[in-house]
Amino acid sequence: MGRFSETVLAVTIAAASIAGAGSVTSAVAASMIDEGREIALDRRKGNCMACHVIAGATLPGNIGPPLVAMKARFPDKAKLRAQIWDSSQINPRTLMPPFGRHGILTEDEIDKVVEFVHSL
Amino acid sequence: MRAALIALLGAGLVLGLGVARGAPEDDRKAFQDFYTERFPDTPFEDFANGLYSIDENRREEWEQMEEFPQYEFDIDAGEELFHEPFANGKGYADCFPDYESGVRQNYPHWDPGRAEVVTMELAINLCREQHGEKPLKYYRGPLAQISAYLAYLSRGNVIDVKVPADDPRALAAYEEGKRHYYSRRGQLNFSCASCHVDAVGRLLRAELVGPALGQVSHFPVFRKTWREITTLHRSYAACSRQLRAASFGPQSREYRNLEFFHTYMSNGIPLNGPGSRH
Ligand code: HEC
Ligand code: HEC
Repeated sequence: MGRFSETVLAVTIAAASIAGAGSVTSAVAASMIDEGREIALDRRKGNCMACHVIAGATLPGNIGPPLVAMKARFPDKAKLRAQIWDSSQINPRTLMPPFGRHGILTEDEIDKVVEFVHSL
Repeated sequence: MRAALIALLGAGLVLGLGVARGAPEDDRKAFQDFYTERFPDTPFEDFANGLYSIDENRREEWEQMEEFPQYEFDIDAGEELFHEPFANGKGYADCFPDYESGVRQNYPHWDPGRAEVVTMELAINLCREQHGEKPLKYYRGPLAQISAYLAYLSRGNVIDVKVPADDPRALAAYEEGKRHYYSRRGQLNFSCASCHVDAVGRLLRAELVGPALGQVSHFPVFRKTWREITTLHRSYAACSRQLRAASFGPQSREYRNLEFFHTYMSNGIPLNGPGSRH
């Protein structure tokens, strides 16, 4: 537990300073983020809080790592999208459902979830 | 935490991919070692208490539930049903002559004559059929109550499922159950092992995922959320829905073979059914 929380803390601080440096979120991106949040927290859609601590969700699970400091964890958005589309490509024994490959979310919904998660 | 997770996934890998070969005894040993190493503070026999063997807070709530167990009514109802004679004058005791000292530990077992796995619940209905009675429904109601009564009389007897080495069909049934346990299915792509092995002790939303070791020992269970006594295959079906996978019917060959494997993995655990669950 300890080592992981320290890493999260360090990464959070790093992310905070990046965010502070240039906040150029457009109105369009902001609405994508809002829609992405709704999809991610919808029990019948993303239901990401079943496994992840995630801002805005109560009683989160802890099967996966907390979704924090995502810009620092995933500087490359495409990699984040790939993780959500089919995490088994990255870890064959993953517990995370293949949201894209199994059609749990549409491509458009995944794009929005990526925007939301990247904003965390 | 990350390291622990990877270690866990690694353990799952060993358990999960060793599927094809290995005698049932090797499987059982690896399976039980995994849980006893993962939960070193839990005494082996305490795994009979499922989820509550690994979580103090939930255990306290559960112990309170067990002080006035809601399944007591079902044991009494089951006792009455058990002793109600069939139309032909015979009764369940003719099928289960040793019921008083407990028979549940003999199930599931491989029945060479029928060439299939016979579970406690199937045996109850086979008894009815043999005596010209209609079968009972499997998930709940009178059959679950009779099963609860028989479980109660079997408390303390130790699970000891056998896969007879001289019958390759028995091993095939075991292997099918094992494949079921480790196969990913459904839209969410989980296997039973994804949750009960790889994610054991973790939170799925607010629900703690319990160990598979000892999971079968306390059935049937009175589930607070379902407000009734229910059989093991009802839990199988509920978990299948968590996977967003189609569930097989109660007492289908798939679920009986799954129960055969699942119960074999708990050999050595004492029976303590019926149980109360949230
Ligand atoms: C049933 C469990 C489960 C669900 C539901 C789930 N995840 Fe995951 N997730 C995991 C696990 C476990 C990992 C750890 C890496 C792995 O095993 O693939 C993970 C890893 C991640 C990562 C990489 C984190 C990192 O720091 O490397 C991201 C991003 C992620 N998940 C996003 C999501 C999003 C977005 C959703 C919902 C749309 C979601 N997850 C739903 C289990 C889940
Ligand atoms: C997405 C996660 C998940 C999957 C996949 C899953 N389960 Fe479960 N299961 C749970 C949770 C959570 C519970 C309730 C807590 C507990 O007792 O473990 C549970 C409970 C159970 C119970 C009742 C335990 C008791 O003591 O009353 C049984 C039996 C069971 N699961 C068997 C299975 C089988 C067999 C499969 C595969 C067909 C399976 N589960 C797949 C999460 C899962």
